[in-house]
Amino acid sequence: MLVFFYLFAAAAVLGALGVLLLRNPVYCALSLVATMSALGGVFILLNQEFVAAIQILIYAGAIMVLFLFVIMLLNLRSDEQFIARWNPGKVVGIAMALVILAQLVGVFTSASATLGPAGEYPAERIAKEGAVEIVGGLLVTQYVLPFEVASILLMVAIIGAVVIAKRQIAKPSQEGR
Amino acid sequence: MELLLNPVVISLVKVLVIILLFVMVVGTVLTLMERKWMSAVQDRIGPNRANIGSFRGRGTLHIAADGLKSIFKEDTVPEGANRFVFTIAPFFGFFSAIVIWAVIPFAGPLGGFTFQITDVNIGMLLVFAVTSLGVYGTVLAGWSSNNKFAVLGAARGTSQMLSYEIFLGLSLVGLFMIVGSVRVSDLVAYQNTYWFGDVLPKWGVLTQPVSCVLFFVAMLAEAKRLPFDAPEGESEIIAGYFLEYSGMRYAAFMLAEYVAIVGIGALTVTLFFGGYHVPWLHADGFHLLGAVLPLPAWLVVLLQLGAFIGKVLFFCWLVIILRWTVPRFRFDQIMALGWKRLLPVCLANVAVTALVLLAVDGWQ
Repeated sequence: MLVFFYLFAAAAVLGALGVLLLRNPVYCALSLVATMSALGGVFILLNQEFVAAIQILIYAGAIMVLFLFVIMLLNLRSDEQFIARWNPGKVVGIAMALVILAQLVGVFTSASATLGPAGEYPAERIAKEGAVEIVGGLLVTQYVLPFEVASILLMVAIIGAVVIAKRQIAKPSQEGR
Repeated sequence: MELLLNPVVISLVKVLVIILLFVMVVGTVLTLMERKWMSAVQDRIGPNRANIGSFRGRGTLHIAADGLKSIFKEDTVPEGANRFVFTIAPFFGFFSAIVIWAVIPFAGPLGGFTFQITDVNIGMLLVFAVTSLGVYGTVLAGWSSNNKFAVLGAARGTSQMLSYEIFLGLSLVGLFMIVGSVRVSDLVAYQNTYWFGDVLPKWGVLTQPVSCVLFFVAMLAEAKRLPFDAPEGESEIIAGYFLEYSGMRYAAFMLAEYVAIVGIGALTVTLFFGGYHVPWLHADGFHLLGAVLPLPAWLVVLLQLGAFIGKVLFFCWLVIILRWTVPRFRFDQIMALGWKRLLPVCLANVAVTALVLLAVDGWQ
């Protein structure tokens, strides 16, 4: 099992480095796909097959395809658009990243960084009742309000996207009259 | 002996047997059968000229001839193409067409041995996840070819596959609600329970007829088969996203398409036509109207294996004969059909199923 963890972890880290270091936008997107899929593998090792399937289905299979689709249509081929320049934003970003890194190192090396007590849903219970059944049940009972709020938020975003796209389409036809 | 009973070794053997001896064989034979059936529809004889001496085998040698031809043909990469992406693109479609076989059961368990590679908890979600990765083959092949027709085909293919993926999942929700599980073995076992005592099997096509049609249509669109083959559209954009491919890489696209057809058959049978079950055949023999005809376990498994393969081959035939029966939809018709017709029907199906289940089971 540990071998598989290191394999998936290495793939995820390499993919993440690829996103940052590669110049070709298509390669960046493909690296992100690799990272997402490797994370799916890590979730399987954590006995979370449901999260793994959703991770691959939504991130690797749908969102990243749309990224690639947009890159393909824009045809961003030339590397010049992505030449790194130093600016204040970048300095602040690096500083923030270092702060987060320091915090993470601090938390994981501190004495209190031990495993907590087992939660309500250990691996055996998930295997017995089924992850889909448990997540579905919780979503429509205990967490029904956050679930509905999130769905309305998503619908607002979709309607917003449609409105913006329609305005772009409508403009040239009005000028043509 | 110890080594042979290791579960990892058993799974590997199952993978090799199912993929090499069934999926690939049927996929390859379908490449010839498609041309044979097409010529039957068009009142022609079809391919029959490949020969060894005077042996022609009614055209069967064309399978070998096609294979040899693709191996020895030059593997060209067009100028200005992205060589790396162009090289890896054919494997994505192949990957998703192969991996779905991990959860398909071929027959009932015999002793402790199951005729299924793995029966994961998430079942059909695994199928959705890997089919969603198949779209990369289309988008990457089209983009990397440096050809405007290929990009057009990729754009059509991507939007079509992303759209119909939604109906693929939504069309099965009703079935999942009735069975109460997404695990494939549960879905199959439920279809061997009966109405009216032991008369009418509760096959998916009888409990969820609308869902069956929607699923079949969505799978056709996902595999880009006619009437949904606008991404290839030979008469408009030559061959769409894979028009620059030659030799073995082109053969990989073709083989992935035919393996996907076998996959359509297997999934439709597993979800809606009783899986490997023969009606009224239980683990110990036939049961009908109280009468029992006991059968040995090995014969039951053999009958189930035969029933599954027979049903899958029927649906392969149906998919191929559909291609020569209906004309191609225009691309805007495909999108309109999906979003304006099928999506409301999918949602209505879920709502009606929920209401019926409530009426039957009562509010708990």
